[in-house]
Amino acid sequence: MLRRVVTVPALIDVLAGVLAPEYGGSPNADYIWVLYWIGFGLGIAMFLLVEGVLIVSLMRDRFRRGRPDAVQVRGNTPLEVGWTLGATAIVAVLAVVTFVGLPAIVTPPASDPGGLRVADGRLYASTDQAPVEGGERPLEIGVNGQQYLWRYDYPGLRGRLFAYHEMVVPTDTTVVLSITSQDVAHSWWIPQLGGKMDALPGHVNQTWFKATEPGVFRGQCAELCGENHASMTGSVRAVPPEEFRRWVTQQTAGIRASQEALIETRRSRNTNQ
Amino acid sequence: MAATTEPAARERSAPPAVPEVILHGPEREETGWLSWLTTTDHKKIGLLYLISTFVFFIIAGVEALLMRAQLALADNTFLDAQTYNGLVSLHGTTMIFLFVVPVLAGFGNYFVPLMIGARDMAFPKLNALSFWLLLFGGIAFYGSVFWEPPAAGWTSYAPLSDDAYSPDGGIDAWIFLIHLTGISSLLGAINFVATIHNMRARGMGWGRMPLFVWSILIYSYLLIVALPAIAAAATMLLTDRHFGTAFFDVQGGGDPLLWQHLFWFFGHPEVYIMVLPAFGIISEVLPVFARKPIFGYKAIAASTASIGFLSLLVWAHHMFTVPTSNALLAFFMISSLIIAVPTGIKMFNWLATLWRGTIVTKTPLYFAVGFLATFLIGGISGVILAMFPVDWQLHDSYYVVAHIHYVLFGGSVFGIFAGLYYWFPKMTGRMLSESIGKASFWLMFVGMQLTFLIQHSLGMSGMPRRIYSYPAQAGWEGMNIVSTVGSYLLGVGIMVSVVNILVSYKRGRRAGNDPWKANTLEWFTQSPPPENNFDIVPRVRSAEPMKDIRREVARAGEPAGTVAQPVS
Repeated sequence: MLRRVVTVPALIDVLAGVLAPEYGGSPNADYIWVLYWIGFGLGIAMFLLVEGVLIVSLMRDRFRRGRPDAVQVRGNTPLEVGWTLGATAIVAVLAVVTFVGLPAIVTPPASDPGGLRVADGRLYASTDQAPVEGGERPLEIGVNGQQYLWRYDYPGLRGRLFAYHEMVVPTDTTVVLSITSQDVAHSWWIPQLGGKMDALPGHVNQTWFKATEPGVFRGQCAELCGENHASMTGSVRAVPPEEFRRWVTQQTAGIRASQEALIETRRSRNTNQ
Repeated sequence: MAATTEPAARERSAPPAVPEVILHGPEREETGWLSWLTTTDHKKIGLLYLISTFVFFIIAGVEALLMRAQLALADNTFLDAQTYNGLVSLHGTTMIFLFVVPVLAGFGNYFVPLMIGARDMAFPKLNALSFWLLLFGGIAFYGSVFWEPPAAGWTSYAPLSDDAYSPDGGIDAWIFLIHLTGISSLLGAINFVATIHNMRARGMGWGRMPLFVWSILIYSYLLIVALPAIAAAATMLLTDRHFGTAFFDVQGGGDPLLWQHLFWFFGHPEVYIMVLPAFGIISEVLPVFARKPIFGYKAIAASTASIGFLSLLVWAHHMFTVPTSNALLAFFMISSLIIAVPTGIKMFNWLATLWRGTIVTKTPLYFAVGFLATFLIGGISGVILAMFPVDWQLHDSYYVVAHIHYVLFGGSVFGIFAGLYYWFPKMTGRMLSESIGKASFWLMFVGMQLTFLIQHSLGMSGMPRRIYSYPAQAGWEGMNIVSTVGSYLLGVGIMVSVVNILVSYKRGRRAGNDPWKANTLEWFTQSPPPENNFDIVPRVRSAEPMKDIRREVARAGEPAGTVAQPVS
């Protein structure tokens, strides 16, 4: 009895994993998932109808010796008008549903309580503080596709902060991505965090996500970008806001240290010459 | 039939020269390889098209099987990345430019004149040129295999295809192919339009024209409208690569998006160019084997024309993930959804044609039903992809790979095989083996579903298209093994049909003029048809002239030639 209760949802989970896109990392991915199921549901209904009629015809209407010839029907205007309107109604429903769902998918919402917000180059908790002067912004991250890796810049924060391969973000925080490329076309795609956006040289493409749980979300470049396209992976590590602050401090300091070390090396090389 | 008209013989002294018919005896049809090289007969050219495109089909199929072998296992090292990217590009380009589009031109070449009661195409020499341009386009393209094959996909997206990122000649070979096959298709299309508009038999108005001929007419108009866009784009790419222009180069003030727009302005009509004639074949095969007229002839002809028109307005649904305003996204979603309506109308009409018919289960019908059952899935996934937020998840993933193969394999290729099994008796005078044909169908049908159905799931679990390898921890190995097994089954199924063709060509049962009791005029003449097609061109009184002739033969008890064209 108990086993049945456990396995049925598990089975549904497995089925959903096979039949629907990834979701669960960010609200926009969840909305797309819902939209997909509406389209898929109508599609399945249509599939069953058509295949059903086809199978009935093939089973029932086969040629058999002695059967009278088929009635030579050439058309039926009411029926034809009917299915034209029916098909139009289905696609109209899908268009309306898409427009209803669209704002929630494309508009970055405010960060959740417990997440972070950015104002004047600093990180603030998104609750328990008064609005900051100069206006608040979501956390902005520049995504730059290059053969064959992703670079992430954090232009909204003070200090020089960037990373490669793995993007670190705070949970419950709306992150707005500005995606571009510096060589060929790439495509940014982390399935659990929403749809993909192309990275094109000369263009900046925007999307957003809000990771609700800590975790690592993996993806890879989705546009053929050259020989090593298959190894151009990217991932997003969502961490609690406190850990994110620590990471920012550490990473900024690390970048600073390595830059100073570089300057020092060059200076000593110059003096040696 | 083989008669020459000469002026009156010189030795006769009587001054008024009366034309006189002198019969030298029947003229032998020319045979031998030279006759194939120099032929302007639409039937021989049609066969040249069919044979050479099938060779390209087999080559591209082998390329696909190599890719499936590489993808079967995670972290596989059977192929390296650059070889795989080359195979991706060769497979897609070959299937589209050297198989599906020209094989349909091959069927059109062979059967449009026969179906409309004409003795040849309007411009026979131009017709020969079309074929040879195609063949040399293919040869120029495959020449690159000996150096560096193109590796930027069949779409050759700039800037990857620009000289900075693809300096070797593969892309140039691809541009050559686009131009040569493009001119070939353009000349062929003009030829079809001229033939169909001007050379129909007496009595064959637009409302009595076979639906396959309708589909070839719309196919031709679409080629004429769409091909100049890609010809322009390929020329711009050529000058970008070699003459210092910067149409697609951001540094020089160009824009890679321009390539995508030009390419897909051609590319989406191209999808319907590849599938409309297959629709036409299905519309011919179903009524013959259901022993019932096509349901809603006018609706099917009109939906073909409206799909043709709408297909020019949907191209940016291939570009939903580039920076685009919401208004444009909405426009292209709505146009893409609307195009599902005429396609749905066709589907319902075909179902209604089978409904309460007397279904004769021969191999052509198997493939036609396989088409209906499979293309439906491609149509449904197409509608889901048109919802652009959903497309953001599915775009450029294996879901799209599955979708295009449900449309192009489940649609076009099953349609082409239905046409092959249907018309082989007419082209050769011999029947194909039914048992081998059905075995081939089941292998292809099951193989097709195994290969491509699971790819929807692969795409939705995050596998992008065009990757040569994936890590074991991605969890895609199981599904990929299923897909690979299916693809080899599919390959075996196709080879079974090839064997069927080779064996039946020599040993098949004699077909006679009209083995299927069909509806259209190609079945009125002999199998294979003589060089002039028809000694008497029948007078057309309905959309099913051959049915009328059979009825008249049964009523009057006279041979078909006598009842077809009453002396008036």
